[in-house]
Amino acid sequence: MSTPRLPDGFVVIVKEECETCRMVAPLLAQFEVTVYTQDDPHFPPSVSPIHDADLSVSWHHDIETVPTLIKVMEGIEIDRTVGWSRAEWQRITGITHLGDQLPVFRPGCGSMSVDPDLVDSLRARFSGGTLRSRHIELADLDDEMEMLFDRGLTDGLPVVPPTEERVLRMLQGTTRAADDIVATVPPDLVPVTIEKVAINAVMAGCKPEYLPWVIAALEAVCTDEYNIHGVLATTMPVGPVIICNGPGTRAIGMNSGVNVFGQGNRANLSIGRAVQLIVRNVGGGRPGEVDRATHGNPGKISFCFPEDEVGSPFTSLATSRGVEPGLDAVTVFAGEGPRCIVDQKVRDPESLASALAASLRTLHSPKLVLGFDVILVVGPEHARVFAEAGWDRERVLAELHSRLQIPGSELVYGAGGIADGVPEHLRDVTLPKFRPDGILLVHAGGGAGLFSAMIGGWANGTIGSQPVTRLVTK
Amino acid sequence: MARFLLDPTGERTIIERVRLPRPATLVGQTIGLLDISKPRGNVFLDRLEQHLVELGAGVRRYSKPTFTKPAPVDLRHEIATQCTLVIEALAD
Repeated sequence: MSTPRLPDGFVVIVKEECETCRMVAPLLAQFEVTVYTQDDPHFPPSVSPIHDADLSVSWHHDIETVPTLIKVMEGIEIDRTVGWSRAEWQRITGITHLGDQLPVFRPGCGSMSVDPDLVDSLRARFSGGTLRSRHIELADLDDEMEMLFDRGLTDGLPVVPPTEERVLRMLQGTTRAADDIVATVPPDLVPVTIEKVAINAVMAGCKPEYLPWVIAALEAVCTDEYNIHGVLATTMPVGPVIICNGPGTRAIGMNSGVNVFGQGNRANLSIGRAVQLIVRNVGGGRPGEVDRATHGNPGKISFCFPEDEVGSPFTSLATSRGVEPGLDAVTVFAGEGPRCIVDQKVRDPESLASALAASLRTLHSPKLVLGFDVILVVGPEHARVFAEAGWDRERVLAELHSRLQIPGSELVYGAGGIADGVPEHLRDVTLPKFRPDGILLVHAGGGAGLFSAMIGGWANGTIGSQPVTRLVTK
Repeated sequence: MARFLLDPTGERTIIERVRLPRPATLVGQTIGLLDISKPRGNVFLDRLEQHLVELGAGVRRYSKPTFTKPAPVDLRHEIATQCTLVIEALAD
């Protein structure tokens, strides 16, 4: 809908419910003015107001407060003031003694066009035409939740129905245009717009302020380095694990503490879910089709969490990957579900490093080396043991790698009675379990419990998937 | 008032392609064998090649750089222009 043109001269927008509007109403009979009223069509009775019944004038002219006085010349606004300021009204109208009997200043009231109960439907009515997505019509007796299941558009859990109102509200979370292309989504290689991201973010249960995180994570998984096509197609149980860093994680209420991987936090769960819904609905990556996982894992519905940076003795994961401290970023990793590493007796860092290394060695198989990366999520109580000994991120990683040098004789085919392993000619070579940057250290979890966690990866490096870090921008 | 939801899909138009007819004979055909680079795929393809040659077919061998990614477009083009049939081997 096009913006309604305001008549030349002075225009005032009022509503009867507003005390300030009622206070200035007598003045509106004292000069030539066009009055738009939002609620009572006959207010004020001293003039002949125009009823802005559908709030079109108020919406299109960004009226946030009533009364608003606007000066218009040749259809163009050249001045405005909101509420009652005697000096401003006198200046704009040029009437020296206008409202001399009134107080010097009185704030106005909220315009009905920004009423939280109305704003979504107004945005849909006046901005809905800007969206391009196909409309899925619902018959009178259709249950919208069931219809979304029937069309194969969910991940097995109910989704929030993506109405035009909800999608337009979601789009308020980004400054990017709705038709802006974010990425090309495998496996069907479909370009995805901000609008499609917003639709799926609504379905996942996101708030608008989560949208930039969804966009950044999606950009990251759709890179050639991350290789979401392969992550989907593999028979291994991996999916996108999204680690969030920066002050924005706290601003949107993410949980990096108690039960960090578990249920209960909307931001953690819905950001990861939105990314997976986009891969499914836009990219066409559905289980049993291109997704060939033998077992999969529950994190393939959503696996997203922030690092606890405030309580961490270490530099953050994002900083270690080149992001300036204080900026928001996501790192995506092709990972399986988390596994607990227990050492409740530990009080010294050497012992803790040995305990962690012993568990890390078993990743996927104690016979397999170098092919897989891992996220090591150090819990706060374990991190404290390292911190008290003065071990920083680099020291912890160096100590772990030094404990993960394995004699080839333990790894060759058949060693330990296990067929899998490395070729016989490597029997006399010492091999590292992980490549030099193959352990991604993150600090997160609740304050009680001498535990850490490991999240195993998939085929690493250029052959498979590499972790990718992207900045989050609004 | 009609209710509607917004389509969350990529709104793709699916192109349906008709399969080529099954060849009456393998004699004189050039068959591409694509190794996806999984362990022991070559073992499977070696046996296939042996059988196909015995049946009178010509065989050309190809391999993907990595099993985790789709075949590069140049490789697909090469196979399409050099072969009349193709067999892709999964493995392990």
